[in-house]
Amino acid sequence: MSEMRKVVIDPLIDNNPVTLQMLGICSALAVTTSLLPALLMCVALTCVTALACAAISLIRHRIPNNIRIIVHMTIIASLVILTDQLLRAYAFETSKQLSVFVGLIITNCIVLGRAEAFAMKNPVGLSFLDGLSNGLGYSLILIAVATLRELFGAGTLLGYSILPLTQDGGWYPANGMMLLPPSAFFIIGLLIWAIRSWRKQQVEQAEYQIHEVHRTDVY
Amino acid sequence: MSDNKSFDRDSISNTLTIAIGLSLICSVLVASAAIVLKPKQLKNQEEYRQRIILEVAGLMEPEGDIAALFATIQPDAVEIANGESVEIYLEKSGDSIKQIILPISGPGLWSTMRGYLALAPDGNTVKGIRFYEHAETPGLGDQIDKADWRNLWVGKQLYGDDSTPRIEVVRGFALRDSTNANLQYQIDGLSGATLTGNGVTKLVQHWIGPEGFGPYLETYR
Repeated sequence: MSEMRKVVIDPLIDNNPVTLQMLGICSALAVTTSLLPALLMCVALTCVTALACAAISLIRHRIPNNIRIIVHMTIIASLVILTDQLLRAYAFETSKQLSVFVGLIITNCIVLGRAEAFAMKNPVGLSFLDGLSNGLGYSLILIAVATLRELFGAGTLLGYSILPLTQDGGWYPANGMMLLPPSAFFIIGLLIWAIRSWRKQQVEQAEYQIHEVHRTDVY
Repeated sequence: MSDNKSFDRDSISNTLTIAIGLSLICSVLVASAAIVLKPKQLKNQEEYRQRIILEVAGLMEPEGDIAALFATIQPDAVEIANGESVEIYLEKSGDSIKQIILPISGPGLWSTMRGYLALAPDGNTVKGIRFYEHAETPGLGDQIDKADWRNLWVGKQLYGDDSTPRIEVVRGFALRDSTNANLQYQIDGLSGATLTGNGVTKLVQHWIGPEGFGPYLETYR
């Protein structure tokens, strides 16, 4: 039971795929200009990761080693196409905004990473949970970033006006930089800093020590 | 299965079984999803196309009912040079035409671009342009969807004095001073999307030229 707990809780903060493993950064920059596409992307990625992990775990004893990655990719790609088709049928407008990024879930390192590292070695139920909670860990960061960007960039949340903009007669001057991709870098960077100040064990050991070399040491 | 020690997952037969079996299952899954969801997707696309037509003509209202608004503009058919009949749309008030909305399409960088061009009743002044289907590079060519760029088209002239199509997307900025006699025909290019710009120039010039709606627009001028 405690193992299951660990599988579910860990990826949320302690082993977060975005802030600790630095995976899935590309889409975290691209789809977070507003909250709605970010939410949809989160749902899409979480479903794909959970189902792909479960499917791969189900046939893990039969997957031949030499075509392992191809098998993973086939399963993931099929699920992604399925998701894309569903979005086009039921969330057409938002799927237009997500453009290529739903398709790019195929290459999102979180999905393949969990399939290879966890689903190949663990039973179906646990793999499903692992995929689910890694998807949720990704979602947590995406939602935080998208909330900040939409709120301060456009003064709205999910399209509803929260901070009235000066151009519409309110008091808040929109911060256009928030709507540009670099702002997501800054926000994710600050988030990582905040999390690592709180959870000290996440701080990585320096790979080298800066130390002063005096002329006398050299000679 | 896993407990069976004699089972060799790396054997050629198992590799082939897994590869073929998985491909079959996945292809059936993907194909059936595509077929089942197709009608719904087509309906969405059609609604989106109608919405683009309304937007290009500036008739779209926020939260407006697309079908009801779309019913206010009249479809018309124009025969082009190759004998084909093309559906266009007219916004009328009473008997006088207020806007002419023409379908345009042609090759972009990666795929065919389809959209609409709205013209004033002089058959020469652009009122708007929008694409409802394209696959231009995300972040570069797909800026053709941005309002900032589309608004650059408003008020531009299609034809020169000799009735040849002159409108074009230039590279970089169109020079905005009195030395540039062609400013009324030029639209700023998009950085990183020269080929998309060229595609737009070509397809607009084609559709307003003699093989497209050129002869039809002649009747307005």
